[in-house]
Amino acid sequence: MTFQQKLRIATLSTAIMAFAATGGSALAQKKYDTGASDTEIKIGNIMPYSGPASAYGIIGKTEAAYFQMINEKGGINGRKVNFISYDDAYSPPKAVEHTRKLVESDEVLLVFNPLGTPSNTAIQKYLNAKKVPQLFVATGAAKWNDPTHFPWTMGWQPNYQDEARIYAKYLLKEKPDAKVAVLYQNDDFGKDYVKGFKEGLGDKAKAMIVIEESYEISEPTIDSHIVKIKASGADTLMDFTTPKFAAQTIKKNGELNWKPLHIVTNVSISVGAVMKPAGLEHGQGVLSAAYLKDGADPQWNSDEGMKKWIAFVDKYMPGANKADSGLVYGYGAAQTLHKVLEMAGDNLTRENVMKQAASLKDFQTDVALPGVKINTSATDFAPIQQVQMMRFKGERWELFGDIISSDGH
Amino acid sequence: MSTIQESAAETQAAATVDAPPKRAMGLGRTASWAMLIAFLVLPLLVKNFVIFQVTMVLIYGIAVLALNILTGGSGQFSLGQSAFYAIGAYAAAILIEHGGVNYALTLPIAGIICFGVGFLFGFPALRLSGIYLALATYAFAVAMPQLLKLGVFEHWTGGVQGLVVTKPDAPFGLPMSQDMWLYYFTLAVSIAIYLASINLLRSRSGRAMMAIRDNEIAASAMGVDLSVYKTLAFGVSAGITGVAGALGAIAVQFVAPDSYTFQLAIALFLGMVVGGVGWLPGSLAGAAFIVFVPNIAEGISKGLSGAFFGVLLFAVIYLVPHGARQGAIYAETLINKFRRS
Repeated sequence: MTFQQKLRIATLSTAIMAFAATGGSALAQKKYDTGASDTEIKIGNIMPYSGPASAYGIIGKTEAAYFQMINEKGGINGRKVNFISYDDAYSPPKAVEHTRKLVESDEVLLVFNPLGTPSNTAIQKYLNAKKVPQLFVATGAAKWNDPTHFPWTMGWQPNYQDEARIYAKYLLKEKPDAKVAVLYQNDDFGKDYVKGFKEGLGDKAKAMIVIEESYEISEPTIDSHIVKIKASGADTLMDFTTPKFAAQTIKKNGELNWKPLHIVTNVSISVGAVMKPAGLEHGQGVLSAAYLKDGADPQWNSDEGMKKWIAFVDKYMPGANKADSGLVYGYGAAQTLHKVLEMAGDNLTRENVMKQAASLKDFQTDVALPGVKINTSATDFAPIQQVQMMRFKGERWELFGDIISSDGH
Repeated sequence: MSTIQESAAETQAAATVDAPPKRAMGLGRTASWAMLIAFLVLPLLVKNFVIFQVTMVLIYGIAVLALNILTGGSGQFSLGQSAFYAIGAYAAAILIEHGGVNYALTLPIAGIICFGVGFLFGFPALRLSGIYLALATYAFAVAMPQLLKLGVFEHWTGGVQGLVVTKPDAPFGLPMSQDMWLYYFTLAVSIAIYLASINLLRSRSGRAMMAIRDNEIAASAMGVDLSVYKTLAFGVSAGITGVAGALGAIAVQFVAPDSYTFQLAIALFLGMVVGGVGWLPGSLAGAAFIVFVPNIAEGISKGLSGAFFGVLLFAVIYLVPHGARQGAIYAETLINKFRRS
């Protein structure tokens, strides 16, 4: 085949494709984009069911079960949800491949709750170029709230920077003369927290922070860092670490008999994975913040929302471990999308879905802490920005104080 | 390689499978043209998404081919190809995004950088053989993602966040989608590398490498300079892998440390075995295996995708222990029978 012939065929096929793309979807009263019809809404999702982050796979399974429940109850505005979820094994190239499959082959209306900062970064540009909503991404990085540059991408959970700002707010109020030590993991996760924390303290950051210490995720133990921090004379410890290291810190503090005002991140609040290995006696009085209810906490047994959640887990995910926070998270995220699609009504265009997602007003999921409401606007793509402080006492976390908001940016 | 010959003699396959002699490293003339035409026509018939997948198969195919030159050609093992792939990918991404270099120019640069790194890495490799070399390269592969995260390089590499790469448009205003253009571009590079590799293995250097593969002592007795050819094989293999990495970065439009973990090195190794060690066209079959079979496994069961992948792999190892080459030889015998009857 000569080059000219190839060229001619390529031109022809491009022309046909262009014609086909502009041809359809004109005359209907109800408005649909690819992936939505009178009977069905197709939703795509990417999850690490295998690989290093496979513990998060339970979130995707919970979401699939949630939409199964919705379908059995008659669907959303009479339309069944077809939830298509693929495994990217936490690998960005695989995430790109699967996202393209979802958009171009499965023809989904939107991509919902894909998990992981690297995977979402890899697909963000593509989805925004294609104008396909990348809705409620499952990562806490701050960059998802950027409607000017990425109008088709929206976060869901409180981002790390916002959470850190709330801790700063708390400190300024409760202990304005604190000598603060900051311990953080040397990656995007830890650095996001440090940035938010310093911004939260504002001018006082220089005066209050006496030492900043970082560790690599590859270090087997961070005991030596703790000893160094204690020697600095700090009386407050900001512990921006992932679960394994948070447990080490709490334990080492106990062994050194050092009792600073100790704040750990929302990522490291698991009683089973952090507090118990660290030793419950060492963890007494440690502070953190939460925005979701704890599925294993009996104080919610009589809560209306959690009753629904428990019924859901018992019926649609029998045998699942209720202490796994992924079950709560997946339910909350799926319910938020459910609400958005309900609001979109019969106008299921991608543009309208984005518009509805950006007009949530005081929406509360069944699993959010009382008072934690979802609010979005055309300029605010950070749905959950409220958390409540909590203190570890006995064998569980006790919430205290008011719901605190980070007040956007 | 002699072990393969022995085991091949034992297997009662329809056709005997020997270690590939130097003339049989490539495909026959008819088969080559048929493949080429199929690859040229394919993008006109399928969706952009499939074009992207096939582009990825070609890119992984180049990487598997590079490993094939090293293992099938010179008999050395490497579990560190993901590191060279990463270096190539980052070289391209950094040159395009920070240096404003044209994407096509980044390929040779990535290749040269990786050739250098691979050549240097080949020196310590000289003192190691067999499984010890495999372990040394393994260490390199495991270290690479962490090196890419280092704060010192963060300004260039983007740290954990990685770098987003702009996808090139078709040049001269050609009416092609970006995917189709990139596909033809990748295809052209693949063909060039394939032909060059075949020629390399048929040349004097290639014969020297294969002599080392078959019997080191005999080769050195014949006057082959072991250290030169072993490091050369390492360098060439790393350089080609780097070109594949650069293409991969452009096609995926994103580089991040998590993209180039040890998993990738294993996948490439797997691709080589499935395609047939030492048979270059098999690289493509191996690449197709590592791109598509995980998807098939996932389609069977989400929770047990890894287990099903394992089962499929077992099936391949037991049914066609010499990979795609065995299949090709079988097909050839069948066709010949038809012609005779």
